[in-house]
Amino acid sequence: MTVLAITEHRRGELRDPSFEVITAGRELADERGGELHVAVIGGDVDTFAEQCNREGVDAVHTVDHGEEFNHDVYTQAIVAMAEAHEPDAIVMPNTVNGLDYAPAVAGALDRPLVTDAVDFDATGTLEVTREQYGGKVETTVEVDADAVALTIRPAEWPKAEGTGDAEVAEFDVDIDESAVGSTVKGFEEVGGGDVDITEADVLVSIGRGIEEEDNLPLVEALADALGATLSSSRPIVDNGWLPKNRQVGQSGKVVTPDVYIAIGISGAVQHVAGMKGSDTIIAINTDPNAPIMDIADYAIVDDLFDVVPQLIEQFGGDVPS
Amino acid sequence: MKVLVTVKEVAQVDDEFEIDGLDVDDRYLDYDLNEWDDYAVEEAVQLSETHDDIEVVTVTIGPERSEETIRMALAKGADRAIRIWDDTLADTEFLDVSTKANLLAAVVEEEDPDLVLSGVQADDDSFGATGVALADRVGFQWAAVVNQLEQDVEANVSNVRRELEGGIEELTEIDGPAVLTIQTGINEPRYASLRGIRQAQRKPLDVQSLDDLGFDDSVVESPVDLTSMYEPESESDAVVWEGSPEETAGELAEFLREQGVVEG
Repeated sequence: MTVLAITEHRRGELRDPSFEVITAGRELADERGGELHVAVIGGDVDTFAEQCNREGVDAVHTVDHGEEFNHDVYTQAIVAMAEAHEPDAIVMPNTVNGLDYAPAVAGALDRPLVTDAVDFDATGTLEVTREQYGGKVETTVEVDADAVALTIRPAEWPKAEGTGDAEVAEFDVDIDESAVGSTVKGFEEVGGGDVDITEADVLVSIGRGIEEEDNLPLVEALADALGATLSSSRPIVDNGWLPKNRQVGQSGKVVTPDVYIAIGISGAVQHVAGMKGSDTIIAINTDPNAPIMDIADYAIVDDLFDVVPQLIEQFGGDVPS
Repeated sequence: MKVLVTVKEVAQVDDEFEIDGLDVDDRYLDYDLNEWDDYAVEEAVQLSETHDDIEVVTVTIGPERSEETIRMALAKGADRAIRIWDDTLADTEFLDVSTKANLLAAVVEEEDPDLVLSGVQADDDSFGATGVALADRVGFQWAAVVNQLEQDVEANVSNVRRELEGGIEELTEIDGPAVLTIQTGINEPRYASLRGIRQAQRKPLDVQSLDDLGFDDSVVESPVDLTSMYEPESESDAVVWEGSPEETAGELAEFLREQGVVEG
């Protein structure tokens, strides 16, 4: 069998999931006994192709079209590649852009699609492991088809390393410009401002457990008492209780403080992606099974509204009434 | 102009729960409108409030139970609702992306909307693929993970921001008709007013079977099947401080002082 892995780049650089789809693609090809092909679409394809030529890669196909991601170009290029090389599996990253083309690729090729895989077993019928209900349960999804499309969760597979001896070749495809209905006008970095949470040594970070905006002074008092910086998970920013520059996670900032105190944060995968590199992680949460506990070094399983006031007092702060 | 919003009722799981077969036991599930869809409904309703003659229609694949959730979307300002369901769907354990896209595509063809809004993902199975798959089926343009929308109603062009990873936003122009998948935080979803709730009772809620949509039962057949559900083994090796809040706070305070990361 042949596996086709699709790489991803932005503003002149390959992104990490590119090397993860290579690892996952190699694993899948090994389990079925086959070749791993890698696709590089757009941007500086020659440099990217060289960087993707890692151990276990048999062929790299490049499509030199456009500087940045465009889902119509990706879809057309991948569909054409799939028709030419007939890969049994197409492995794509479960990123924002991955989810912008993978369903269209699967649709155009009439292949079943399974997204956000965290593991798989391809020795028999393809079995994909996924999470459900925010990571509280795992499921096995069986795909009984000869040709499949799969997206894999970022940072679940290690990045491919080493140097390969793949054949790098330009893949000849005519992109139908009339079918390209979206135009990228530019990029903007958001979340700047007065505070840079990536610089903090200690972060007091809050999540849904804080319940109401009126409870913010409590955690602000804790941050003050500790000389720490306040950050948060996504829902707090979505609600407008804290500005975007305080958000830790996949779409926010990636932080690596000495100590990260997660208060009332369940630990959704998108959040964990932004803070798992912290030296010490402390979780305060009522749910002993919350995903945050899987990466916490220390934990208090209790109500934050009971624990946080005590903690403020320990450091001589004033508990807001 | 017509805006179609795909909505789904999803379950939240209690902290303590049991699994029964291929799903969490119903006793531990609380049903509500999918969070992402709540933002999609709000975005559509805001469009209808700022422009004349915009009709907002919601479409759901779901059992009778979900009508309460659908009524809440109507109470927030949607004009009417379509619910796809019948015995065949009720007997289907797992609806894969392709099936859902096919069912919704039939409604899109019937309704002929100018814009379709969908949540980025459903909070239960988090496939995150239905919106784009639907666009592919009906030949619409699309954009995934939209956190800002400026709609040129006359030209039917959507100027969107797509929320990429790492605090980067992509500014993109999309020629309609399009399917946009809506990210949380794009707006502030309203609470339904009492008046809205009363009005919602009188708004049309049309139930369509597979047959009504022109399908036979084979539409639910799929090579993708859910075969098991289980609680993942905890990977936690956290040291759990135990005791009263005073005691646990004391342990934490001592730890922080020992680490030398805080003063006092």
